[in-house]
Amino acid sequence: MAFGAFSSGAAPGVATVQEGPRRKSRVALFLLLPGIAYLALFFLVPLISLLLTSFMAPREFGDIGQFDYAFRWENYVKVVETYLPHILRSFGYAAIATVLALIIGYPLAYFIGVNLRRFPLVQALALVLVIAPFFISFLLRTLAWKQIFADEGPVVGALNALSLMGPGDHITGTPAAVVFGLTYMFIPFMTLPIYTSLERLDLRYVEAGGDLYASPWTTFRTVTLPLSMPGVVSGTLLTFIPASGDYINASRDFLGSTETAMIGNVVETNFLILQNYPAAAALSIILMATILILVGAYVRKSGTEDLV
Amino acid sequence: MSKNEFGTSGADLELRGVSKRFPGFTAIEELDLTIPAGSFFALLGPSGCGKTTTLRIVAGLEEPTTGRVLIGGKDVTDAKPFQRPVNTVFQSYALFPHMTVIENIAFGLRRRRIEDPLGKAREALRLVELENVAQRRPAQLSGGQQQRVALARAIVNRPALLLLDEPLGALDLKLRRQMQLELKEIQAQVGLTFLHVTHDQEEAMTMADTVAVMNKGRIEQMGAPEELYERPRTAFVANFLGQSNLFGGKVVSSSDESIVVDVHGYRVEVPRARSQRHSGEVAVGVRPEKIELHANEPVPASGINIVGPGRVTDVSFSGVSTSYQVSLPGLGVVTVFAQNRSFGPVVHEGEQVWLSWHVEHGFGLEDEPEQLPKFAADDDTQSIAAQRRRQLQTELEGA
Repeated sequence: MAFGAFSSGAAPGVATVQEGPRRKSRVALFLLLPGIAYLALFFLVPLISLLLTSFMAPREFGDIGQFDYAFRWENYVKVVETYLPHILRSFGYAAIATVLALIIGYPLAYFIGVNLRRFPLVQALALVLVIAPFFISFLLRTLAWKQIFADEGPVVGALNALSLMGPGDHITGTPAAVVFGLTYMFIPFMTLPIYTSLERLDLRYVEAGGDLYASPWTTFRTVTLPLSMPGVVSGTLLTFIPASGDYINASRDFLGSTETAMIGNVVETNFLILQNYPAAAALSIILMATILILVGAYVRKSGTEDLV
Repeated sequence: MSKNEFGTSGADLELRGVSKRFPGFTAIEELDLTIPAGSFFALLGPSGCGKTTTLRIVAGLEEPTTGRVLIGGKDVTDAKPFQRPVNTVFQSYALFPHMTVIENIAFGLRRRRIEDPLGKAREALRLVELENVAQRRPAQLSGGQQQRVALARAIVNRPALLLLDEPLGALDLKLRRQMQLELKEIQAQVGLTFLHVTHDQEEAMTMADTVAVMNKGRIEQMGAPEELYERPRTAFVANFLGQSNLFGGKVVSSSDESIVVDVHGYRVEVPRARSQRHSGEVAVGVRPEKIELHANEPVPASGINIVGPGRVTDVSFSGVSTSYQVSLPGLGVVTVFAQNRSFGPVVHEGEQVWLSWHVEHGFGLEDEPEQLPKFAADDDTQSIAAQRRRQLQTELEGA
């Protein structure tokens, strides 16, 4: 421990000085205790429980939903065999939504963080507008989109009238609607971290880029974008992780259909309807592990750790 | 200059009727300026005089309200910064924090697709004697090292025109002197046109071939450093470049050689060629180091101005020289610098002295005597505080 190393390096004669850091570290531990206890209780325990559940076996001669602790790793093989399309679809939708949110969020963040710098009041207002959707429950917002895109709704009506859509076509229930919903939902999560990076961007670097023969686009690619990478990385993580586990947008009750079900929907079905707890738990573990691997690779690749 | 090769020499810079107005104030008024290729030109002035705006207009970072900018005879007024054969060493250095030193220097070369950017960058790094830090990040360098990297990053592109925006401001005195010499050496080696913006008169005089003193958006006087120093035309120049003793008075007689001014009863003669006005009320001056102190009244002689007696009110010793403040009835306080060629001060506080100087050392100014500004002296409490703060800042940066 850092504190230990510090106190052992102190001169042996000054006992009172050695006392200081050690007591400090005890105080620090004491202050951390509630947080550690909270994490242990509400994160570690459920996680272990989930892990144990994922290996359960059905009780012999038991009812539906009755399981015994076991080590049935076949559960994992089974769910991957059964739900591979859903797993792939989850990450596919999440990836597309992340890219779309980045394409929309970055220019928005740039505009607010750089172009609006000279007008602090307008900048503050623009930020409030980005956060404004949070004032309404996102279930309600998604329901509103469902209304808008419904077969009797204005969008379908207009497209029908323009003959851009046939009478049998729908918007809701399609992958496009689900990806749209995900993108819409996570735009603020993408915009805010990028805004934080760009707001602090020293424009003199951009001037220096121009001075050194870089066109505006090249300056953006070689100076602005790398300097805003921390924001881009946190924005994409804040979007991709919850988006891959999302089960509202893809649900049949909202913008999706059975064809668009994602892992979240499958977990929900297994838990609440089929009462196949081990399958649901195994799917959750797979989702978590895959996200962990993907995110780890991504953070490593984008090299944010050696950004200033 | 084509995209992927170096310019072979510096280019002329010409500003034609350039002005710049910001909402509420005018930064530059009608500036006409020609800087010949290969010269080291300094724009000198206090902060807010428009010198940095001028530089930014040349770099293309600011658009002039009126006027044209020509580099090497080509009108670049409408060209974007990246299209101009110009590089800038920024006051803040603006080194890219996410790139290594060598990548910073190679940046411009890569953009212009010049062959072997890393090799040329390494060469430039050798020129500023920093080969050993090539792989470091700018944040890991000291202020002086960053400054040299910024210089290398600009010079490596062999721009027709190199702009220096007070790049030495953040360095401590010793390092600044060293960098001044190095800069001058580099300029002689590469033969580029240097436009250097600074508020440090000593820096401008030691480095530049030509100095233009700017004040309130206009160039007050332009010329070789010696000329500006020895023959200032305005009170502003006389006081911004070194110190001056200025007196106002009426011309009482004049000849082909000189004019004689009556300054509160003292007869002060100034060569006609060295004065801007030859009749009526005029302002004349003399540099403090040109004045001699006498303990006894000197014998009047032709070609020598004598004033006195006065009383020494302050003696301050500064190593090489000693500065005396002499209070003369009617004239006010006159500053005298004397070289410390023997030990200690020649006269002491409270003693009575006479002052004399050679007629050919005096100069006459354009300004009306009653308009002689109340000079912002270097030794008021505000500027001492500002100096102290700057010193502390550089110390902090060095630590």
